[in-house]
Amino acid sequence: MTHIESVGETPIENRTSEADQPRDSLVALFDAPLKLDAGVELSPLQIAYKTYGKLNAQRSNAVLICQALTGDQHAASRNPVTGKGGWWDTLIGPGKPIDTERYFVISSNVLGSCMGTSGPASTDPSTGKPYGLTFPVVTIRDMVRAQAMLLDHLGIETLFAVAGGSMGGMQVLEWAASYPHRVFAALPIACATRHSAQNIAFHEVGRQAVMADPEWRSGRYLIEGTNPRRGLAVARMGAHITYLSDAALHRKFGRKFQDRSNPTFSFDADFEVESYLRHQGIAFVERFDANSYLYLTRAMDYFDLAADHDGILANAFKSSKTRFCVVSFTSDWLFPTSESRATVHSLNASGARVSFAEIVTDKGHDAFLLEEPELFGIVRGFLEGAATARGLDRAS
Amino acid sequence: MTMQPRPPIAGSDHMRSTARMDHLMVAEMVERGAKVLDVGCGDGELLKILTETRNVDGRGIEISREGVNECVAKGLAVIQGDADTDLVDYPDDAFDYVILSQTLQATSQPRHVIEHMLRIGRCAIVSFPNFGHWKIRLELLMHGRMPRTDNLPDTWYETPNIHFCTIKDFRELSEVVGAKMDKAVALNAWGQPLRLNAPWWFWNLFGEQAVFLLRRRD
Repeated sequence: MTHIESVGETPIENRTSEADQPRDSLVALFDAPLKLDAGVELSPLQIAYKTYGKLNAQRSNAVLICQALTGDQHAASRNPVTGKGGWWDTLIGPGKPIDTERYFVISSNVLGSCMGTSGPASTDPSTGKPYGLTFPVVTIRDMVRAQAMLLDHLGIETLFAVAGGSMGGMQVLEWAASYPHRVFAALPIACATRHSAQNIAFHEVGRQAVMADPEWRSGRYLIEGTNPRRGLAVARMGAHITYLSDAALHRKFGRKFQDRSNPTFSFDADFEVESYLRHQGIAFVERFDANSYLYLTRAMDYFDLAADHDGILANAFKSSKTRFCVVSFTSDWLFPTSESRATVHSLNASGARVSFAEIVTDKGHDAFLLEEPELFGIVRGFLEGAATARGLDRAS
Repeated sequence: MTMQPRPPIAGSDHMRSTARMDHLMVAEMVERGAKVLDVGCGDGELLKILTETRNVDGRGIEISREGVNECVAKGLAVIQGDADTDLVDYPDDAFDYVILSQTLQATSQPRHVIEHMLRIGRCAIVSFPNFGHWKIRLELLMHGRMPRTDNLPDTWYETPNIHFCTIKDFRELSEVVGAKMDKAVALNAWGQPLRLNAPWWFWNLFGEQAVFLLRRRD
């Protein structure tokens, strides 16, 4: 394999079918329009979600899980598309830090994604064809508005907690800012209150890779029966590097050769790290929609909580009664500790109840998805403290 | 380096009980249900006592990552930070009490720290080891070397404690920063409070630790 042309051959129809009729998921349909930051309304709106555990009689033990860029609603159960376990299986489940024997966990696919919640791969009922680029550009706040509609639909007024990492952490912060009275505890992990210039720059490279693929067809690939696989795979390869750290890459691969002892003096994947990245790119294309990738990266780029509150971040959390636990990782250079510290400073300035822990790891940004015992201890302790304050029974 | 984990008071069993006495003395000075910031909160033991016995709304700052993570895992609201640099970020009157327990001697600018405490909080509670204790005086007098005790076992070149003071010194500092002294307690080597009506020189000689409750003079 000299380049990533032979990327998977999943029939393109599967993409639309998963976007419209997600497997192993609950689906909520809304006729009432969702007003978007872009100034337009989206209707109808479909939200795909999963729940784990039981809602108690007081409806006070709900925990909303917010997904990261390429996540989905299958946070703690087998993903029907990949056949793999949930992306936060480490953290959510019976007896785990987000204990499904105690809390009612809701995990929804985010607005603009491609796993059953309305997004560019969904069918536009007015044309009967996939939206593609006619889908309106959405923001983190729009995602949170959609989630709030889901909670209304489920009859849940107040969330016991809302948790997420990376783009999920942005949604957590937006939840606390937009609906302070609906969030008892907030757990934003490995994130920031705004996307930095460097982060926007990386995203732009990814988007350009997608759009440079001739099969992208100005976003009409689902209609024209093509698939910008190579572009999306390259975007994923670039992004994946930002999720790791230099130390983690070195520990995992070093300069080791892949299935050979000498360089081939060609552009084959001589190095293990090349082979690994190509694999990451290919695996991603199998499960993700290229246009969704454009929309979701854009939503992150637009995120700037301070700008939404007269340029003063502390105003976003003014007189907030929410308990916050901000977590960062030492080797995360995509959302470095300094960003989390800035969030904490503004929370302090607004008098909010905030904890902040930085976890030592060489696993980079992706650490929030991995086996990090210290993270587990912190999440468990924070939620238990909040549960006591909320008066949640041990067995609800 | 400023806020250290609590100095190694927890050396022997009786020393551990001394530490607890010190915490209990602090706790007694705090009104029920108050909003409290513990600066240099270590592993969160004092915050836990305050939450459990005084029902306070407690927050903490701690410089060591291990301490912070231990606190958060206990369900306490603690952030990583430095007393010398981070108190600036807190707004005026944000707390009823700001506590500096066994940390003053490790700050690089004790006066600024105390001033910020009195700005952020209505009251400041400060506990510290008394360098005027007779054993320490004797050590310097007899051996001519920087004193090392069970409570303060580090050598002068390794100790995080860079600003020792005596009870008399601290009284003077409270005058300098314009604070009103509401309460003061001195504890002996066994963690028992010295007689309240004893003269200051007696406290300064026999108190191994002191706890002061200061109030802003408005």
